Amino acid sequence: MSLLHLAIVLPFLAAVFIPFLFKGLKSIHTGWFVLLVPLFLFIYFIQYLPVTGDGETVTKTFEWIPSLGINFIAHVDGLGLLFAMLITGIGALVVLYSIYYLAKEKEALHNFYVYLLMFMGAMLGVVLSDNLIVLYMFWEFTSISSFLLIGYWYDRERSRYGAQKSMLITVFGGLSMLGGIVLLYLMGGTFSIQELIGLSDVLITDPLFVPALLLILLGAFTKSAQFPFHIWLPDAMEAPTPVSAYLHSATMVKAGIYLVARMSPVFAESGLWLWLVAGFGIFTLFWGSFNAVKQTDLKALLAYSTISQLGLIMSLLGVGAAALHYDYLDDNIYMIATIAAVFHLINHATFKGSLFMMAGIVDHETGTRDIRKLGGLVNLMPITFTIAIIGSFSMAGLPPFNGFLSKEMFLTGMLSVLELDLFNLSTWGVLFPVIAWIASVFTFVYSIKLVFKTFLGKPQFDKLPKKPHEAPIGMLISPLVLITLVVVFGFFPNLLSNSLIKPAVEAILPSLVESGQEVDVHIYFWHGFQPELFMTLGIILFGIVLYSTLAKWQGVYNRIPERFTLNGLYDRGLSGSESGGYRLTSGVMTGFMRTYLVYIFSFFVAILMSTLIIKQGFVYDTSGLAAIKSYEVILALVLVAGAVTILFAKSRLTSIVALGVVGYSVALFFVLFRAPDLALTQLVIETVTVALFLLCFYHLPEISRKEERMRFRFGNAVLSVLVGITITLIAMSAFSQRSSESISQYHIDNVYELAAGGNMVNVILVDFRGFDTLFEICVLGVAALGIYAMIRYRSARSENE
Amino acid sequence: MEFLMCIVVGILFASAVYLMLSKSLLRIIIGTGLLSHGAHLLLLTMSGLKTGAAPILNDNISSYTDPLPQALVLTAIVISFGVTAFFLVLAYRTYQELGTDNMEEMRGTESHD
Repeated sequence: MSLLHLAIVLPFLAAVFIPFLFKGLKSIHTGWFVLLVPLFLFIYFIQYLPVTGDGETVTKTFEWIPSLGINFIAHVDGLGLLFAMLITGIGALVVLYSIYYLAKEKEALHNFYVYLLMFMGAMLGVVLSDNLIVLYMFWEFTSISSFLLIGYWYDRERSRYGAQKSMLITVFGGLSMLGGIVLLYLMGGTFSIQELIGLSDVLITDPLFVPALLLILLGAFTKSAQFPFHIWLPDAMEAPTPVSAYLHSATMVKAGIYLVARMSPVFAESGLWLWLVAGFGIFTLFWGSFNAVKQTDLKALLAYSTISQLGLIMSLLGVGAAALHYDYLDDNIYMIATIAAVFHLINHATFKGSLFMMAGIVDHETGTRDIRKLGGLVNLMPITFTIAIIGSFSMAGLPPFNGFLSKEMFLTGMLSVLELDLFNLSTWGVLFPVIAWIASVFTFVYSIKLVFKTFLGKPQFDKLPKKPHEAPIGMLISPLVLITLVVVFGFFPNLLSNSLIKPAVEAILPSLVESGQEVDVHIYFWHGFQPELFMTLGIILFGIVLYSTLAKWQGVYNRIPERFTLNGLYDRGLSGSESGGYRLTSGVMTGFMRTYLVYIFSFFVAILMSTLIIKQGFVYDTSGLAAIKSYEVILALVLVAGAVTILFAKSRLTSIVALGVVGYSVALFFVLFRAPDLALTQLVIETVTVALFLLCFYHLPEISRKEERMRFRFGNAVLSVLVGITITLIAMSAFSQRSSESISQYHIDNVYELAAGGNMVNVILVDFRGFDTLFEICVLGVAALGIYAMIRYRSARSENE
Repeated sequence: MEFLMCIVVGILFASAVYLMLSKSLLRIIIGTGLLSHGAHLLLLTMSGLKTGAAPILNDNISSYTDPLPQALVLTAIVISFGVTAFFLVLAYRTYQELGTDNMEEMRGTESHD
């Protein structure tokens, strides 16, 4: 186990000590101890920057289950390192923020930090694992810890609802992903991503390739809240705000993005991948931004905005995959999409993290997050306002912040789709820049709404639960750091280009690097009068128009009735499956024994008869039959008459006597078939059985004494006749095709020599096959004891009566 | 002869199943009795009938019927007797405790506190 492995599991190890620290050192906020973990890890990961900057990777193996090919392989390349730095860096800021956000007297901090550390370790494991099974294990760890964190205030009904919803959706995707992983293993024979990348040319021809692609994408889309799986994210906002900032804006929701980027070298040669990733991404971008505008809750607005921005990154990754189809071009214009995706990923983590913390501060200091109650806070909370306006403008894509740069690159990427000439994109591709532009307009509108409705406008402090004032400085540090990064990356974007972005892009598009293409990351503020510039100007213009007329067109959101929204569908699907499951079991499990017997006999007939017919198993061969004598026919008629009499008998006494007739006929058959021991036993036992039946008959309760003939039921009759026919046909076929001779000749030959007996049946029972007899004696003994116990021991209830 | 016995066994099974699907507990037990008779006859029939003398060693006889199925049937008769006896006493106790022999009235699905 190397230092790298220890670094990945360090948060898990640290989580063990948190409850002791919480209980033992009550005077110090537990968060201070937790803060050391991400800080240390962040510094540790910085040392890998020069390594990946040179295009090198670090791989360390720790054997876990080598016989199954499952080993904990830690693999650090540009992409993994970028995510690791985001996780630890923002993790440290979020822990710092949470120290001031969560009061140590009121909250169950030991739970909170254990869950948070568990999540941090799981997330590091996801982004630094090369083995897909280990990746899956950490992936489910993120789902579980996210579930725990969303339900942190478990006494609130909405928290539990949100936690359950996110759990159901992300675990559904996680299990699909596991299916995809297994399919990949079946195709490639390895769980290692790096080895699978080497096999990508072979994999694409495999018939399992498309199912594996779809399943992996399902996992990524559910985790990253892509349409139509985005519905869990707004409900996850019931979590404490540090959790929303960390999990649901900067890290966990990007696990799906990471997966798509990581698996791009395996799948991206396929056109389907490009279509699905780009298509779902761009629609999610539009849908998220469109729905964000109507939200009145700060965190819900940010949640939809996160969905929308994740869609943006996803669509860029999809378009970036086109670079592989044009690897002969000298100046590969599609690579810019991948660069933009990585760049926007970083930018989004910075501005969205700070905006969530801003929303938390507003909530903390005013007591509400409802946009309709807020307003005019600018004079009271100037620092928070600064954070909000920089974050929002960056989100809207306004200069001079980093969001502007990545938004310009995004538009460039989308315009490049127009030049694609594969898979009908030459005709449908025009939709991409159009939708991207419309979505950007909505993004502008909700970003402006976020700031203006909260901080500007008419103050209405009487509606607020608390008297608003500026937050304590400790709470402001984290968002200020993030907002500083927004500005710094805005002015000096090339700080990132060679250190973080270039290695990450090389990890996403390794085949291009191998074919000698240079990943050229140069981010310019000003690139002349290009179409992108006019698009941005249009966005600002139309955004302002739409924002100022918001009241007039807001009614459009109420056009969709509640039951047709995706949430409505989800709720109805969940309750429908519950009530459907209940109806099914209560319909099938009636509680009547007759019903179950009908199921059993029906399946018996259906399976045996269909096998007999499909396999053409019925054989009719009369050669081995014994001759029929007249008294045997007469005996058979008596037996059948006895059996049928039971069916039509009115009194139970007649039935019992008829059963006796059947039993004695059977004994007579044993005589005819030369089985003297059987005949003796049968006669005695039939007598005892009939006596027992008469005992039962005598003790019948008074109420049901009145005799009545069994009522004829057609269904029962058909089923029983079918069972009889099945037995007869199978018996005939089996008799007609006996495959081997009986082994009885051995018993006949050796009965006297080996066992010193003349009665072969008895010798078999006590000598050749004595074990059967031993346990048959046991059965009788157990039955006798059972009968004794039933009669002797009465339940307490009957004694009380 | 064997095919005749197959048909007889089929009729025994059909009557047994019809009785087992009825409402009365006593009829269900009669059904199981018929079912075991059918099974025993089927066991004996499938080994072939009347291929020789009774399986008791005698120097003058060279051909015997198959003794093995007879031993199996003997075991089966005893076991089915044990089970039937248990079942009958169970039914007798059921009458005593519940005062009914109607299967439709004996439903275990409703929860009792």
